[in-house]
Amino acid sequence: MATEAHAAEGATGYIVHHLTPLSVGEGFWTLHLDTLFFSAVLGGLFIWFFKMAAERATSDVPGLVQNFAEMMIEFVDSQVKDSFHGKSELIAPLALTIFCWVFLFNFMDLFPVDLLPMIGSMMGIEYLRVVPSTDLNATFAMSISVFFLIIFYSIKVKGPWGFAKELMFQPFGPWLLPFNLLLKLVEELAKPISLALRLFGNLYAGELIFILIALLPWAIQPALSFPWAIFHILIITLQAFIFMVLTIVYLSMAHEDH
Amino acid sequence: MSINATLIGQMITFALLVWFTMKFVWPPLYQSLEERKKRIADGLAAAEKGQEEMELAEKRAINVLKEAKEQSSDIVNLAQKRANEIVEESKDAAKKEGERLLVAAQAQIDQELQQVKESLRKEVSSLALNAAEQILSAEIDQAKHQEILNKVSNQIG
Repeated sequence: MATEAHAAEGATGYIVHHLTPLSVGEGFWTLHLDTLFFSAVLGGLFIWFFKMAAERATSDVPGLVQNFAEMMIEFVDSQVKDSFHGKSELIAPLALTIFCWVFLFNFMDLFPVDLLPMIGSMMGIEYLRVVPSTDLNATFAMSISVFFLIIFYSIKVKGPWGFAKELMFQPFGPWLLPFNLLLKLVEELAKPISLALRLFGNLYAGELIFILIALLPWAIQPALSFPWAIFHILIITLQAFIFMVLTIVYLSMAHEDH
Repeated sequence: MSINATLIGQMITFALLVWFTMKFVWPPLYQSLEERKKRIADGLAAAEKGQEEMELAEKRAINVLKEAKEQSSDIVNLAQKRANEIVEESKDAAKKEGERLLVAAQAQIDQELQQVKESLRKEVSSLALNAAEQILSAEIDQAKHQEILNKVSNQIG
């Protein structure tokens, strides 16, 4: 469904155009407006829905909205209770936010690849990348926030010295201190990087395949994009779930005192 | 694809979302869930209690019924006994009355027999006197034998 203008640039041009974010600014101070806009809108959608459910919350017979919200709450709560045994005001709401937000990010992938960019170009916006989780900034923003929480809770629960001891003396005892430190630092740093890259990679690849399918003759497209979209429903849910569960696991590990 | 200031913006959005969820979304929903859970548990407990109470009441009713049955059978037995006694008593009374009547009848019969004997004796004596009178009138002087006849008459009585 490549539009005439981009067809002229060839397949590569089409793909590159699709994966170029709408940005302003230079160097580090570049802002991806599309990522910021869509993630804010999706976050607003999430907040709007759950706030509505929370305002209507009763212990009487629940309505449709409350039912759905409670289903999500129960689902997240059971995941949290499975791996986290302490008491925390933050972890369950954090997990719910991550799951819903990431799911909504990923869900943008199921819109036809050209639909929103086409509407954008009609409004004079040249570049538009609609799936926030194909932007490393969005995925790293979450995983680095989680990383900060891991550090925060590690220090809060074990004390600064306890956390430092864990970094230095585990797993091989005090005689291999530098080695322990190196191993632990890699382990801790691997957490946010793997979280962010896993989500980004999956969604980026998924989006790329949708774009590639869109390059094929129109008669073949449905036969490929339909099964891929159905498969993608599984992927987007799974990726949101993995992000949430790993967050819970990492934070519960931070709470555990060895 | 490069990391840039978008990251900071996203982190701020994320922090706001988490804060909002933590403050305004999770607690009321979770509380309503807990409340419902408690209400359901209470309801179930009440139902169970009701069931138990019903079973208890049933047991009690069975006991009461059993007692009532026992009592009624006691009463029936007592009544039966009393009835038998009454029958026996009345039998005795009837027997005694019969005996009394029999004795009275016997006495009357004896009395009547006595009277009949008396009258019969008088009749026989007058008949004999009459006959003797007729036989003797021809041969014996009445005045002469009057004394003998009186003697005999006295002997019969």
